[in-house]
Amino acid sequence: MSMSETALWLLVLLPAVVGGGLALSRLERAAAAVSLATAFTTAALSVVVALERPRVSVPFMAGSDLALGVDALSALVAPTVAVVSLLVLVFSAGEIRESQARFHGLMLLFASAALLTATAETLPALLFAWEVMGATSFALIGFWWRDDHRVSAGITAFVTTRTADVGLYVAAGAALAGGAGLSLADLPASSEGWRHVVAAGVLVAALGKAAQLPFSFWLSGAMEGPSPVSALLHSAAMVAMGGYLLLRTEPLLASTSWAAPAAAWVGALTALLLGAVAVAQQDLKQLLAASTSAQLGFVVMGAGLASVSGGAAHLVAHASTKALLFLAAGAWLSALGTKQLAGLRGVARRWRLVGWAATAGALSLAGVAPLALWATKDAVLAAALEESPWLYAAGLAAAALSAAYAGKILVILWRQLSQHDHAEVEAHLDEEEPGTRHVGMLERVPLIALALGAVVLGVLALPPFGDTVARALGEEPLHPTPLEMAASVVVALGVLALVWWRPVPEPGWALAWLGLERATQALVVRPTLALAEALARFDDRVLDRGVAGSAAAALGLARRAATFDDRVLDGAVETTSRASLWTAARAARDDDRWFDGAVEGLAAQLRRLGRLARRPQTGQLHQYYIQAVAVLAIGVLLLVTVR
Amino acid sequence: MLSLIVFLPLAAALALLALPRLGDTAARWAWVAVAAADLALVVAAWLRYDTPTAGRLAFEEQVEWIPGVNSSYHLGVDGLSLPLVAMTAVIFLACAIFALRETDRPRLQAALFLFLQSVSIGLFVAADLILFFVFFDLSIVGMYFVIAGWGHGNAARSAMKFFLYTFLGSLALLVGFIGLYIAADPHTFDMVELAEQTPFAGSSLAGGLVLAAILIGLAVKTPTVPFHTWLPPAHTDAPAIGSAVLAGVLLKMGTYGFVRIALPMLPEAWRDWAWVIIVVGIVSVVYGALVALAQTNVKRMVAYTSVNHMGYIVLAVGAAGLIADDTTQARSIAVTGAVTQMVSHGLITGALFLLAGVLQDRAATYDMDSYGGLAGPAPRFAAFFAVGAFASLGLPGLSGFIAEFQIFTGSIAAAPVTAIALVGILLTAALFLRALQRIFTGETRGRSVGFTDLRAAEVWSVGPLLVLSLLIGVFPRPLLAVIEPAAEVAVELVGR
Repeated sequence: MSMSETALWLLVLLPAVVGGGLALSRLERAAAAVSLATAFTTAALSVVVALERPRVSVPFMAGSDLALGVDALSALVAPTVAVVSLLVLVFSAGEIRESQARFHGLMLLFASAALLTATAETLPALLFAWEVMGATSFALIGFWWRDDHRVSAGITAFVTTRTADVGLYVAAGAALAGGAGLSLADLPASSEGWRHVVAAGVLVAALGKAAQLPFSFWLSGAMEGPSPVSALLHSAAMVAMGGYLLLRTEPLLASTSWAAPAAAWVGALTALLLGAVAVAQQDLKQLLAASTSAQLGFVVMGAGLASVSGGAAHLVAHASTKALLFLAAGAWLSALGTKQLAGLRGVARRWRLVGWAATAGALSLAGVAPLALWATKDAVLAAALEESPWLYAAGLAAAALSAAYAGKILVILWRQLSQHDHAEVEAHLDEEEPGTRHVGMLERVPLIALALGAVVLGVLALPPFGDTVARALGEEPLHPTPLEMAASVVVALGVLALVWWRPVPEPGWALAWLGLERATQALVVRPTLALAEALARFDDRVLDRGVAGSAAAALGLARRAATFDDRVLDGAVETTSRASLWTAARAARDDDRWFDGAVEGLAAQLRRLGRLARRPQTGQLHQYYIQAVAVLAIGVLLLVTVR
Repeated sequence: MLSLIVFLPLAAALALLALPRLGDTAARWAWVAVAAADLALVVAAWLRYDTPTAGRLAFEEQVEWIPGVNSSYHLGVDGLSLPLVAMTAVIFLACAIFALRETDRPRLQAALFLFLQSVSIGLFVAADLILFFVFFDLSIVGMYFVIAGWGHGNAARSAMKFFLYTFLGSLALLVGFIGLYIAADPHTFDMVELAEQTPFAGSSLAGGLVLAAILIGLAVKTPTVPFHTWLPPAHTDAPAIGSAVLAGVLLKMGTYGFVRIALPMLPEAWRDWAWVIIVVGIVSVVYGALVALAQTNVKRMVAYTSVNHMGYIVLAVGAAGLIADDTTQARSIAVTGAVTQMVSHGLITGALFLLAGVLQDRAATYDMDSYGGLAGPAPRFAAFFAVGAFASLGLPGLSGFIAEFQIFTGSIAAAPVTAIALVGILLTAALFLRALQRIFTGETRGRSVGFTDLRAAEVWSVGPLLVLSLLIGVFPRPLLAVIEPAAEVAVELVGR
């Protein structure tokens, strides 16, 4: 195995192993140091593999491999993930003071999963990393697990993204059926009908992870996690991977007639509606979260418009910008104990470095030329105009909205505080957590690097470097016309000015993130729980009673058989024996009464006869003479008559 | 070698019974030693294992037993049974280590579990239907005594229900076996010969009836909906190690029967009834997950997730019967996933039930709402339970994902409608995370206060199970290299 191949394996395995070990260990003071060393090494490795472009693979399962490879797109994205992870971990070393081992371990595990996602070449590898990202996201959102609502938010995030991830499972099955195998590059070669299923599955999974409509609501709850988590996962890396997946599978989307336009329009709509949601927010992190979803809408649009270079550039620039803003929000949260915009008024004046860095980020977010997000957004809008003027209009409106909410932040940050303002700000102090009134060195240094990125990374979309990037990604460079550039400049500056002059509207439907969470609760969660309860009752009362009932019936039958046996069968035997005893007694009685009686009677008669025969024996001579005469006379009579 | 592996625990059990004055500690450690020795033998067999030719078995042993019905003492393993034998040995060793803390008649318990171990391994290596049946029923008897003798709650009633229900199922199984015997020509109970002969080729009605009898018997053991209602009370009232063995090993006897007996010996009937089996699988998956979601008793909840996980296996083996030319690879992947799921579920759910046993030991209740914030006093327990929960919901990096990915990929490619079962992974995610939330997070209250964290015996019994799951999840090739050839053979056999 060559050096660059080893580097690629290490890129993914090093943070995973160190992270896993840290998360399970009790190392507290050394945790940050170990984590930073690992993150630094990983960042270095990411640069190495971006230059060397190695590919590795091992047999895995389902006839497919766990294959990793770095091409032009991964070469852009992987170092972004690694470097932003490093900077966020530096910030965390200063910010997170408890359970450091668990925090850094989980963050490194996440970084490993994100890097595997960025370099995966087969569906099993991708899905592996994809779900691990979701799990670490849950663990990190619910990091302060003593607060129930944070854990609930984590569960919502995990289950919502997993619902979307089901799309990847379906896509895997369809890809296998389609005959082209599970390699990401081969997916467009699947057979006709199956290809649509694969594209649909991949699209749904990516939209879910990227918090696009209709899945956006989970990102709102994800803000319950610590700010470094929001900075890394929920702006720069995890949600960005959703966009990355669409950029990676752009050929697949383009090979069907509907997937690419669907992606483009969902992206545009999300950018528009979530931009409105961001404008209405009163909590800085919620605003930034909605903005993340909206900005990723541009990335998704880029993928749908076959402008992979525009989308990728926007992804990278946004990662830097948004991570910067979230870290700044985190710094203010731990310093002042609040993230409500009302409580952050004028905060840029209090800590100048943080303030200026955040300003650079906000200006970039607004799309002010020549900062990063202006250039990359313009690249995507140029592709949109090529496709459809409506799409371009939607994109431009979304750009206007991003200027609006970025302007809202700027107005808050740089507000000159009146007496009234001072009182209000005091009221908001320490409302979410006790503030330290201090922003440390470790928290400030990353902001500088990220601010630089927010300013400079526009080169990825601007000629001449932008053209190199486009060609490396296999596209013809597309330059916005001067008219388009002017339009975006005017829109950005115009809206900023408008926002500076008048406060923005904050409609209720937008504040509530379009009511999607409540809708999901009412239409999906509560009915499912009700069905679960009903089936559990059915299981206990019907199915189980059925079993118990048949057992009871069997027992009843057994008892009846036993009674039958005792009363009828055995009774018959008893009756028979009683009858035979009675018959015997009768026979004995009859024997005594009749047969024996007859004999006795005869004997009695004979005795009578005998007594009678004694009577003539009187002893009187004259009676004997009479008896003799009588007998003689009878004898003579007999003689005479018989002859 | 197989006879030694099967009967070593039984011999040890008899020895334990024959020494009534053996001390408690000696008995417990003797059990651990014998279980470890048996595992070592199984590992040695694994290392020496070579994929046998299609339709034959490795490490075969055959001795005449009941010549009148052509039934022999015939043992053998292949890629389907060797992983299950290994899993059984591992689970029983884990239980032996967990039971080092047992104070209630440890000598008798050790003897009983060693007996159960012999019987379980014997079933997986049996290559004769009568032998299979004997071990099948003896396992039911052994588990009855485990639940009735060392259980809690309504142990006597639950044990009785378990015994009667599964025993009745085994009678249906016997009817099926006799049917196979009668239809075979020459009459035999030998599994290898029956798989070659396919006795009911051509007579679909008789074949269907025999398959129905066998399936009902196995469906009660697996268990599938609607024959599953014996499982929750049996698990809730069984001791921790009893539940671990019941879920980890005994349930697999049912699913193993599907791939070892029903699929190869009745291919025509299996193909005819494949859709029924698939539907039963899908219903088990969704119903099991939904009912688990509604539970407040954590052990009962895990019991219902077993119904859900076994449903995936039934679904996959059912899909293997949907013959179409271009789906051979997909169906083979599905069967590989099914066998992987058998191994994976055994390790993971075994671990979860041992951990639930910790709850019983410390606070005598499984009710989730009696706890809260348990991660504070018991962080190690929380970490183990979290890993077990994520493994059970199919998170990549652990064995459940390897199994479920293959099951879904293979089944969806063979029969797209099986994608409905994907709802199961969402529901299990929701229910496990909610359980984690209710027990471990939030404010430390109720029975969580003063809860002692995991002790050495508990760590060293549950830990290895989870580590094995992790190893399979990250390096699946050693396991899959054993299973895949056998799965391909099984798919080939069902296509005849």
